[in-house]
Amino acid sequence: MTEFTPYASLAGGVLIGLSTVILLLANGRIAGISGIYSRLFEPGTLANGKSAWVHGEKGWQLSFVVGIVLAPLLLMAAGFEIEQVFTGDLTLIAIAGALVGFGSVFGSGCTSGHGVCGLSRLSVRSLAATITFMSVGIAVVFVLRHVVGG
Amino acid sequence: MQRIIAGLFAGLTFGAGLVIAGMSNPLKVQNFLDVFGNWDPSLAFVMGGAILVAAPFFRMARFLPRPFVADDFRIPTFQQIDKRLIFGSATFGAGWGLIGLCPGPALVSVSLLSPQAIVFVLCMTGGMLFAKFIANLSMRRGLKQA
Repeated sequence: MTEFTPYASLAGGVLIGLSTVILLLANGRIAGISGIYSRLFEPGTLANGKSAWVHGEKGWQLSFVVGIVLAPLLLMAAGFEIEQVFTGDLTLIAIAGALVGFGSVFGSGCTSGHGVCGLSRLSVRSLAATITFMSVGIAVVFVLRHVVGG
Repeated sequence: MQRIIAGLFAGLTFGAGLVIAGMSNPLKVQNFLDVFGNWDPSLAFVMGGAILVAAPFFRMARFLPRPFVADDFRIPTFQQIDKRLIFGSATFGAGWGLIGLCPGPALVSVSLLSPQAIVFVLCMTGGMLFAKFIANLSMRRGLKQA
């Protein structure tokens, strides 16, 4: 069991929304984490031969990812306790990671890109994606907990 | 430089939001997906809150000539629902349900330095590169046929 935390979760959601607004209004880009992170691994040279790290998108993409990674450290320094409970062993974690990585790039987005940004701009494509990954996620947890683990 | 600073602020805000919301705890995410068991509906408030804040600005952005510190808006306009979108999203959903981590919370977890988080992110990165490889292959094949 985890506690129902409507206020903390709403506050966290508002921060995620604000982050999306910062990236949209300042940089004109969508805050889709799988897209931003995975593009860091694409070639670092633009078509005109200039460096994508300096002249292209990679600079802000890297700083965005660095910000995400640093955020929990700042919160912990401020006395915030972060709870993390994994229910599977490392083999299951490895399989899940590979599926999440493959699926989010192949399906052009994850919870942030399709779920938050896509639904915010009323995209039918993102709605279809969100319904799909939510339903499959619910089905997998159902099987794990009530069929296999029951 | 301004774009890099905006990116850093957006990342810090996003990461803090994920942690405060409770999404960095895989058990809580799985409990959210466990609608037929010990359902913890908290995460519906995360998505709800984020969308309530962001939606008006996406509408507003249509009337802005350009973003504050970049040359152009790049907002997807593609609306077609294809097999790739559904297959990819279903695969993503399966992995998400198995452990309870999606890409954002996975990156947040890296700095907690647990072996679980590191294995997840390494395999996630591998999966992403494989998806790009497959997408490139099918694009090249499409070009040959065309």
